[in-house]
Amino acid sequence: MTAAVWGVVIAAFVASFVEMVEATTIVMAMGFTRGWRSALIGSAAAVGALAVVTVAAGYAIATWLPESVLQLVVGCLLLIFGLQWLRKAILRASGRKAVHDEDAIYQKEVAAAQAAGTGAGGLDMFAFMVSFKGVFLEGTEVVFIVITFGLNAHNVPAAALGALGAIIIVPAIGLAVKRPLSMINENLLKYVVGLLLASFGTYWAVAGVGVFRAGHQVLSWPGHDLAILVLLAAWFALSRVFIAALRDREKATVAA
Amino acid sequence: MKYVKAFGQFWYDFVIGDDPKIAVAVVIALAVLVGALSIGLFGDAGLAVLGGVLIVAAFTVTLLVDTRPRVNRDR
Repeated sequence: MTAAVWGVVIAAFVASFVEMVEATTIVMAMGFTRGWRSALIGSAAAVGALAVVTVAAGYAIATWLPESVLQLVVGCLLLIFGLQWLRKAILRASGRKAVHDEDAIYQKEVAAAQAAGTGAGGLDMFAFMVSFKGVFLEGTEVVFIVITFGLNAHNVPAAALGALGAIIIVPAIGLAVKRPLSMINENLLKYVVGLLLASFGTYWAVAGVGVFRAGHQVLSWPGHDLAILVLLAAWFALSRVFIAALRDREKATVAA
Repeated sequence: MKYVKAFGQFWYDFVIGDDPKIAVAVVIALAVLVGALSIGLFGDAGLAVLGGVLIVAAFTVTLLVDTRPRVNRDR
């Protein structure tokens, strides 16, 4: 595998890892509190629905969107999506936004599960629906990342491989430790994902602007794929500057 | 109609999120790049670097707006 393909696999893996941690927390809360049968059936139903969505979205994009437009549109979506992650990561790291606390989310889900009444049927609809919704929403982000990375890199299998690794590994960790996955530094992972999405998104969105010229050829970056590393360094440097400046300002505000 | 609206809202929240400034900034940066392309300002490499700089600058502006010191209105 080339370095660029490894980059796609790693980016898809890390991004999917974060989403799977969040989905696993919800399913574990339902499983331990309400029972595993309904929680797992809800999760399986969500995976089935996601498979249908993935096939439909992939077919629609590949069929209706001309390839020349694909890189611009998908690159833009990925860039906006990635910059949202980076913005939140910078605000969290500088103390301007509450950090993501998997333990607190788990306790909240457990409290809601305990407060909910029990139904008469064989299937616990509360556990089913909460698990379904959690896995479907987090899984949608995984699908989005796989489709955008895969189509732009012309290598959907590489992106899918990265995501599949996370889909297998995270629930396995949850199963092994039998408690919320708060030992995983999710805020750091989200920061890394924000940097990766912003870097790949910038690369593809800018390249896609080439569709506006005669011949519709994508713009070629100096150094080609290596430019992604330069972009990664630039986004990292910018984020560190913001984090340091905002932390200093917070300290000055507290001191005053 | 309710479901169409909910579907649209879901995708808006999903991609645009809670800060539409970033989407606007990215579109403006790319529009400027398209302008530079249309007047033949640089070659491929120059345009790509310009695009990267514009996007980083656009994001910087949105974050500066978000994190600007609050004015004490009580004074």
